[in-house]
Amino acid sequence: MSLRTPLGKVLGRGSAGDGVGHWWMQRVTAIALVPLTLWFVIALLGHPLQSYDGMRGWLGQPWVAVPTILLIVTLAWHSRLGVQVVIEDYVHGKGAKTAWLLLSTFVHFAAAVAAVFAVLVLALT
Amino acid sequence: MNPRPLSPHLGVYKFMYTMTLSILHRLTGVAATVGFLLFTWWLMALASGSAAYAAAMRGLSTPLVKLLLVGFTFSFVYHFCNGIRHLVWDTGRALERAQARRGAVVVVVAAVALTALVVWMGCTALARGAP
Repeated sequence: MSLRTPLGKVLGRGSAGDGVGHWWMQRVTAIALVPLTLWFVIALLGHPLQSYDGMRGWLGQPWVAVPTILLIVTLAWHSRLGVQVVIEDYVHGKGAKTAWLLLSTFVHFAAAVAAVFAVLVLALT
Repeated sequence: MNPRPLSPHLGVYKFMYTMTLSILHRLTGVAATVGFLLFTWWLMALASGSAAYAAAMRGLSTPLVKLLLVGFTFSFVYHFCNGIRHLVWDTGRALERAQARRGAVVVVVAAVALTALVVWMGCTALARGAP
C-alpha cells in the first residue's frame, strides 16, 4: 500500500526534499538567541568600548568568552537559515539560486570561524 | 517562465499595517546579518592588537557610520521584538486579528523605546574610558 496521495502520485514531483528541519532549527536558534543577545548587549555596553585593554580584559575571561562563542555560532546559524529563505524566495533560476546559496553559506561559515577565532585569541593569548 | 499557476500576489490584498511589520521582519533580519559581519570585523580588530582596534573604533566613529550603527541597532532590536511575537504565534496563541494588531503596536513601541535605550547606553559606554 502506498501512503502517497492520488494527486501526489499523478504529479510525480516527489517530496520537497526536506521536512520540518529548517523551520525547527530557526526556532531553536531564535530561542537560544534571546538570552544570549540580551546578556551580551547589556554586558558589553557596561564596559569602556574605547579602551583596548578594558575590552580585551573583559572578553578574554572564560565566563565571557564561552557564552560569546555560543552567541557567535547561534547567530551565524540563525542568520544563514534566514538568508537562505530570502534567497529561495527572491532569486530565480536554479543556477543563480544555487550560486547565492553557496555564497551565503561560505560567508556565514567564514564569519563564524573568524569571530570564534578572535575570541579564542583574546582568551588564550 | 514556469507555466504552473501562481497564487495571487500582494496587489490583490487590502493594505494593513501588519503587512509592513511582516516585511520589516525580513528586511531587519537581512540588515542584522550585515551587522553580524560588522561585529565579526570588530572582533578581528580587537584580536589584532591595540593599533588595529584604535583604527577600527576611529572608523566606527565617523558620523555616517554612527548613523548606520543606529540603523543596525534598530534592525536588531526590531527583529528581536517581532521575533518573540513570532515565537508566541508558533505556540498557537494570539493569532486572532485584533490580537495580531495589538501585538504589532506593542512591537513597534518596544522596538523604538529599546533602540533609544541601547543607543543611549552605547553613547555612555563610548564616553567611558575614552583616550
